[in-house]
Amino acid sequence: MTRLGDLERAVMDVLWDTVPGRSDGITVREVAETLDGRELAYTTVMTVLDRLAGKGMVEREREGRAWRYRAAASREAYIARLMLDALDLGGSRDAALVRFARSVTGTEADVLRAALADEAAER
Amino acid sequence: MPPWPTRRRSGRDDAVAHSLHFAASMLACWLIAQVLARSTWTWRSPRVAILCWQAVGLGAGLSAVGLPMSLGLTPYQRGTGSALLALADDLWHSTLPAGLGAVHLGLVGVGFGIGAVLLTTTVRSIHGAVRAQRRHRDLLALVARRDPTVPGALVLDHPGAAAYCLPGVRPRVVVSAGTLDLLNPAELAAVLTHERTHAQERHDLVLLPFTALCRALPWLGWVRKAHERVSLLVEMRADDKARELHADAPLAGALQRFAAAGNRITPAGALGLGDRDLAVRVQRLMVTERPPRLLGAVALAVTTTAAALPISLFLS
Repeated sequence: MTRLGDLERAVMDVLWDTVPGRSDGITVREVAETLDGRELAYTTVMTVLDRLAGKGMVEREREGRAWRYRAAASREAYIARLMLDALDLGGSRDAALVRFARSVTGTEADVLRAALADEAAER
Repeated sequence: MPPWPTRRRSGRDDAVAHSLHFAASMLACWLIAQVLARSTWTWRSPRVAILCWQAVGLGAGLSAVGLPMSLGLTPYQRGTGSALLALADDLWHSTLPAGLGAVHLGLVGVGFGIGAVLLTTTVRSIHGAVRAQRRHRDLLALVARRDPTVPGALVLDHPGAAAYCLPGVRPRVVVSAGTLDLLNPAELAAVLTHERTHAQERHDLVLLPFTALCRALPWLGWVRKAHERVSLLVEMRADDKARELHADAPLAGALQRFAAAGNRITPAGALGLGDRDLAVRVQRLMVTERPPRLLGAVALAVTTTAAALPISLFLS
């Protein structure tokens, strides 16, 4: 599980960091090549991308015989979402987290919400 | 030996007495909740106070189920528990006693309905929390990082100040980069102990029934009040653990910095709900008072009785 978690993270980092300008996504082979140092099998990378797609973290589009993958949202958007949870601004009624203290100004909350809204508008 | 008629009358008295007892324990729970919500000794022994709230919640829930049931079961002229068994047996054989009408069955049904609502909202709360936690955990795995300054915790790269615990079998303590900037090492250590206490003592499970109650009865003011109080007590309990290990000053400092971090940019009224509670917690750390042992023991005895009464009625 931890190993798989590490792989998922590494793959997401590739999607986020190495192809920032390309909105059309990259293929499994390209991801595997970028992760060359890890010596991963093509199928392993495909499995990881498949899992991430299942969780809604990545989106994919078919191009010819291959799928092209890209992150469903930016790293900043995910962090913003976690912070909204953390500051109890996510609008959830469930006691999912226990917080030390909340410290957030109206401005900060607006910024966090805007980060999510931008992300939604881009797609 | 008493003659036969006396025994029959005592059975009817018994059944009525049961309903009265349920009503009395419901009233007692409500009164105790009012007193608990107003008293401040609870801040000096949060653990005892949490137990009291749990007992009151259990007692109130059981009484709410038991009162209509016991009223509906009066024709059986015996204890609620054994009368329920007798009713089940009679329903199975389709031979209801003469005195038992539709109204009685309806009341028993209301009792079961209340029980079902309490149970389903609890289950839904658990379900919702677990789902939100899984989502949160998945995202953390992708974007949070480990940091040598906070061993065992995860760091979120965001300038806002947040410190929290994602509860569960494998809990995560998370702080934001803003918190790392905000606090000095001693304060940070105290905050991490605070969060680990939440995780170790499963404070999420302590809060869960109260969250569920709020969901089931959102219009009931005192249920919301109970939830608020228990949330604050849970924080105080974690504060106590942190001050045990790191002295008072770092924790109070951390709380004040959190409060000030919000106020720095927007001077007034922009903070969330926890604001007033934050002040209470800081004040509490300024003075060292002995926990009120006698008062705590009395409160615990009273609330345990309030919870034990409906339980014993169901078992009779």
